Amino acid sequence: MRRHAGRGRLLAVVLLLILVGLWELLPAIGLADPFFTSSPSRIIAAARWLFAHGFWKDITVSLVEYGWGMLWAIIIGVVLGWGLGWYGMVAGLVEPYITVLNAAPRVALLPLLILWLGIGIESKIAAVFLGAFFPIVFTVMKGVRTVDGSLIQLARSFGARDLRIFTTLAIPSTVPFIVAGLQIAVGRGLVGVVIGELLAAQAGVGHMIALAASSFQTDRVFVGLLLLTVFGYLVTEVIKIIERRLENWRA
Amino acid sequence: MKIQIDKLDVDYPLRKDRGSLKALQGVTFGVQDGRFVCVIGPSGCGKTTLLKVLAGLEKPSRGTVLLDNAPISGPSAGRAMVFQSPSLLPWRTVLMNVIYGLEIQGHSRSAARGMAREYIELVGLRGFENSYPRELSGGMQQRVNLARALVTSPRLLLMDEPFVGMDPQMRNYMQSEVERIWERTRQTTIFVTHLMEEAIFLADEIIVLSARPGRVRMVLPVEFQRPRTSELKRSPEFHRLEDELREVMDREFLEAMREAVHGVVA
Repeated sequence: MRRHAGRGRLLAVVLLLILVGLWELLPAIGLADPFFTSSPSRIIAAARWLFAHGFWKDITVSLVEYGWGMLWAIIIGVVLGWGLGWYGMVAGLVEPYITVLNAAPRVALLPLLILWLGIGIESKIAAVFLGAFFPIVFTVMKGVRTVDGSLIQLARSFGARDLRIFTTLAIPSTVPFIVAGLQIAVGRGLVGVVIGELLAAQAGVGHMIALAASSFQTDRVFVGLLLLTVFGYLVTEVIKIIERRLENWRA
Repeated sequence: MKIQIDKLDVDYPLRKDRGSLKALQGVTFGVQDGRFVCVIGPSGCGKTTLLKVLAGLEKPSRGTVLLDNAPISGPSAGRAMVFQSPSLLPWRTVLMNVIYGLEIQGHSRSAARGMAREYIELVGLRGFENSYPRELSGGMQQRVNLARALVTSPRLLLMDEPFVGMDPQMRNYMQSEVERIWERTRQTTIFVTHLMEEAIFLADEIIVLSARPGRVRMVLPVEFQRPRTSELKRSPEFHRLEDELREVMDREFLEAMREAVHGVVA
């Protein structure tokens, strides 16, 4: 089996090389129009030009927006998730709103956010937050509710009060749920930043993509696209590593 | 810790106006300090309920329960319960599981660690301090459960069928272990079981409960010398006691069956 997996990986690399090769070759021999498809060499050239002309600033802006949005989503999502899971009354009060908001197509809220917060980074932070917050709050809430009843009874038999049960049982048992929520949230947050920047922004990777597309510079659009893809992939991998670290008692 | 239970009733309310389920009815008995008492009875007779009342996890519906002449107001540091399932925190190592009770009772982690190591050794788990529960067998997990209760030096130890689900060899072994450990600690112990052999081997005194609602059917003193070894189980005196106990329990069982049939007819 192992050897087969290794061979599969090798084949995947070969296939990738073939696809990239075709992408380069087809426009070169006139079978595809590079105006629409671009090509690897054109993308590299566009990337060089962009990095030489202040692309770092766009990247920094996007990272700052993403970072703040994710940070708030994680803090508020986790704390609210704990509260909703633990205190039935809070849940009765807040849960309906969260459920309805979650069901609403949040992309449609973006114009409103831009109206309220302007076209600066604030509206993008809000967009990231709205994307990432819901999967976190829901999974954490579910996590708190699945705390093993026999463990709660055990803690009580030692004389533990609610707060102690919460810190020693509820919080540790929600860790896998936080990670699971995060796995969904990182992608949703990225969608938030890009859509926000596409819609109205002064800087950012999404803003660059929007500008490039409106001036028919397909190569630059692809640079932005690839950058976002690689970034999304890396963040997901980091989450996986964190998960493995935290969960060594399980495997 | 001295226990006095007088006319204890525990009812569980049933759903929506369907009355209540009587788990225990008029239970009266006393336990002197430092005794090992086994409570035996058919399943569903309220054995666990009795332990939960003593642990402070369940309130009496009527009657009084006094521990050292004082009524129970809730769980407290002087009592510890060994649950039927090991109930270990899966994200904590053996050592950190054993200190859990101490931690709740306000000991510092460093002081608790030292105490925990001693009890981990006592239950024969030295070398497993840093293992996670999933890496241990059921019997080993149950010994962690035992150590976690013992390390809090309870004056009353409550054990709820702690060896259920173990194979006979492991069970024998664990019975001898508990006997050996108890020889050293000698705290008042209430041990719930449904196995006669186990009760006779461990107890100074056996309390036989009836089928639901649980009432005290008989209090049977067991006067074998300690320390006891598994040799004891092969002696004629042991078998005589077992026969006596079996007779009471068989009668109890038949009565319960008859009542169940009546219940259906009525």
